[in-house]
Amino acid sequence: MRLQDLLRFSLKTITSYPARSFLIILAMALGVAAVIILTALGDGARQYVVNEFSSIGTNLIIVLPGRSETAGSFPGAVMGQTSRDLTLDDAHWVGRLPQVRRYAPLNVGVAELSAAGKLREVTLMGTTADIFPIRHMKLSQGKFLSSADESSAQIVLGAKIAQEFFPDGNVLGQRVRLSDRRFLVTGVMAEQGESMGYNSDELVIIPIQHAQTLLNTNSLFRLLIEIRHHGEIDNAREAIRQTLIRRHDGEDDVTVIAHDAVLATFERILRALTLGVAGIAVISLAVAGILVMNVMLVSVSQRTAEIGLLKAIGTPAAVIRYIFLAEAVWLSLAGALAGFILGQAGSWALRLAYPLLPAWPPLWANFAGVGVAVLAGVLAGLLPAIRAAKLDPVDALGKR
Amino acid sequence: MIQLQGITRIFHMGDQAIHALDHIDLTIDSGEYVSIMGPSGSGKSTLLNVIGLLDRPDSGHYLLDGRDVTALSETEQAQVRREKIGFVFQSFHLIPRLTAAENIEIPLILTGMPSIERKERIAETLQAFNLSDRAHHRPAELSGGQRQRVAIARATILRPTALLADEPTGNLDHRIGSEVATLLEALNQTGTTLIVVTHDRELALRARRRVAMHDGRIETDEQ
Ligand SMILES: Nc1ncnc2c1ncn2[C@@H]1O[C@H](COP(=O)(O)OP(=O)(O)OP(=O)(O)O)[C@@H](O)[C@H]1O
Ligand SMILES: [Mg+2]
Repeated sequence: MRLQDLLRFSLKTITSYPARSFLIILAMALGVAAVIILTALGDGARQYVVNEFSSIGTNLIIVLPGRSETAGSFPGAVMGQTSRDLTLDDAHWVGRLPQVRRYAPLNVGVAELSAAGKLREVTLMGTTADIFPIRHMKLSQGKFLSSADESSAQIVLGAKIAQEFFPDGNVLGQRVRLSDRRFLVTGVMAEQGESMGYNSDELVIIPIQHAQTLLNTNSLFRLLIEIRHHGEIDNAREAIRQTLIRRHDGEDDVTVIAHDAVLATFERILRALTLGVAGIAVISLAVAGILVMNVMLVSVSQRTAEIGLLKAIGTPAAVIRYIFLAEAVWLSLAGALAGFILGQAGSWALRLAYPLLPAWPPLWANFAGVGVAVLAGVLAGLLPAIRAAKLDPVDALGKR
Repeated sequence: MIQLQGITRIFHMGDQAIHALDHIDLTIDSGEYVSIMGPSGSGKSTLLNVIGLLDRPDSGHYLLDGRDVTALSETEQAQVRREKIGFVFQSFHLIPRLTAAENIEIPLILTGMPSIERKERIAETLQAFNLSDRAHHRPAELSGGQRQRVAIARATILRPTALLADEPTGNLDHRIGSEVATLLEALNQTGTTLIVVTHDRELALRARRRVAMHDGRIETDEQ
C-alpha cells in the first residue's frame, strides 16, 4: 500500500465521522493552546522583569537597612524593624571605597506639591545628582545639584508634573511648595515612563537632606552604588558590607544585594514557574491523548467487520496497524495545528490586553506543544492499532 | 488446484470439543464449479474459511496450486489471499462510508497500483458489472442485488483463481439471487474456480459438482 493511499484512506475515515473527529481535535487543540499561552504568559513575565532590571544596569549594588532573613531571597519585603539606621554618613564612607564609582542615597515619600494655584500629591525622592547616571535618568531641561551647594532647596519635576503645573513650558526658575517648604525648580526630567514600579514622569526629586527633614527621618530607604567593574562585584559587595558592619559596631544589620544576583534569582523563579505551568498544560495533552485512545478503541470495536473484511481480502496485519496509526496521526496533527493557531491568537490577545507584558510564546514551547500532541496521539493510536491488527478475521467477519 | 488432506478443525466450548471439520479429504480442480450444502452447523463456513486461509486447521494438509499453505506465516497467508482468493459474503461486507467505486478500489490500493491505472481498472469493472451509474453511491443507497454485485466486483477485480461465496444469495430475494448466481457462473466460465455454500437446493443444483456435508464430514460428493 502506497503512503499517499494510506494517508488518503485514513483521512477519509476521519472526515466520515465529523463529530467524533471534531471532539478529539478540540481536546488536542485546547491542550496545545494551553501550553503555548501559559508559557507565553510566564516568559512574558520573565522578560518584563529582566527588562526592568537591566534598564538600571548590572554594576549596581543596593544596600538596604535591616537584615534579610533568608539569604538569596529578594529582601524588598523584609524592610522595617532595623536595629540601626542606615545613615547619610554610612553612605559617604561607602562612597570612599576604591571599587565604588558613584553612589546615591535614597529616601522616598509622599508630599503635597503646590504651585501656580494648583495642588496635588506627588511621590518625592530625596537623593543626590549621581542618581541620574546610576539609574540612567535624563533631564530634558536644567540641572540638579551640580553647583557646589548640595543643600540648596532645589527641585526637579517629572515630565508630567511639569506639564500639569506649568503648561506654558516656563518651568525653570519657578518657585513651588512641597509640604510647607519652598523649592526652586532647577530641572525637568525627560519623559521615561514606568520603571521599577515608579513612574518617573510623576516624581519630584529634591536633595537628600531636605527629603530627610521633610520626611522626618535619619535613615536611608536605600543606598544605590555603582561599582567600577562588573568583575569585582562580589568583592565590592563584601567590602561594602564590612565597612557598614564596622560602622555599626560589628552589627551585621544591613542587606547588601548585587543587582544581577537579584535578577538571576528572579529569572530562575520565573523560568521555573513557566516550566511548571507548561508542565501542567502538557498533562492536559496527555489527557487528550487518553481521549484519543478511548475513541480509537471504540472505533476499532465499531469497525470490527470492516477489519475482518480487510483481512479477508488480504491486508497484512502491519498495514491494518498503519491504517489506524495514520488516523491517530491525522487527528493529532489537526489538533496540534488548530492548537498552535489558537495559542498564537491567545498570546496575541494577551499582548493586546497587557501591552507592557511581552507575552510571546518561546520557540521551545511551540515545538513542545505541537510535538507532545503528535507524540501523545501516536502513542494513543498504538494500542488500538495493535488490537485491530490482532483481530481474528473469522470472528471479526461474524460481527455485523 | 485445491487439495485438502485430512483437514480437521476443532473448536472448544468449555470442556466440549466440537469437530467443525473432521478429517476432510477434498480435491477441487481449477475452473470447477462446486456447491456445498448441509444443515446448519455442519461445518460449511469453516471449510470455506480454511480454503480461503482465514482459518487454520488443527491438523491435516492444504495444498494450494501444489504449495503447502498450512504452515505459512500470517503475512504470507495474507499475500496468498490477496493474489488467489476472492470472498463473497451473505452480508456483502461493504465499507459503509466508501462509495461503490471506492469499495471496489481497496484490493487495488493494497497492491500498490498507481492511481491512474486504478481508475481505468475500476471504470472497466463497473462497466462489466453494470454498476457504472452507481459508482458514486454509498452502500446504503444501493439495493441488495447492487451491493452484492459491488462485493463480487471487489472480490474479482484482481482476477483470483478461486472465488469463495458463503451463502451469496442468502440476503436476496429469489429473482435477484438468481441473477447473482448467473453473474458468479459467468465468472466461472472465464476459468475462475467457484465454490458456493448455500442452503438453496435450486442454486446448489446449478453447480456441476455438489458436495453435501454433515457433522464436519463430507457425506456425498457428486459430479
Ligand atoms: N469460533 C467458534 N467457536 C466455537 N465454535 C465454533 C466457532 N465457529 C464455528 N463453530 C462451530 O463449528 C461448527 C460448524 O460451524 P460452521 O459455521 O462451519 O457451520 P455452517 O455449516 O456454516 O452453519 P450455517 O449453515 O449455520 O452457517 C458449528 O457447530 C459451530 O457452532
Ligand atoms: Mg455458515
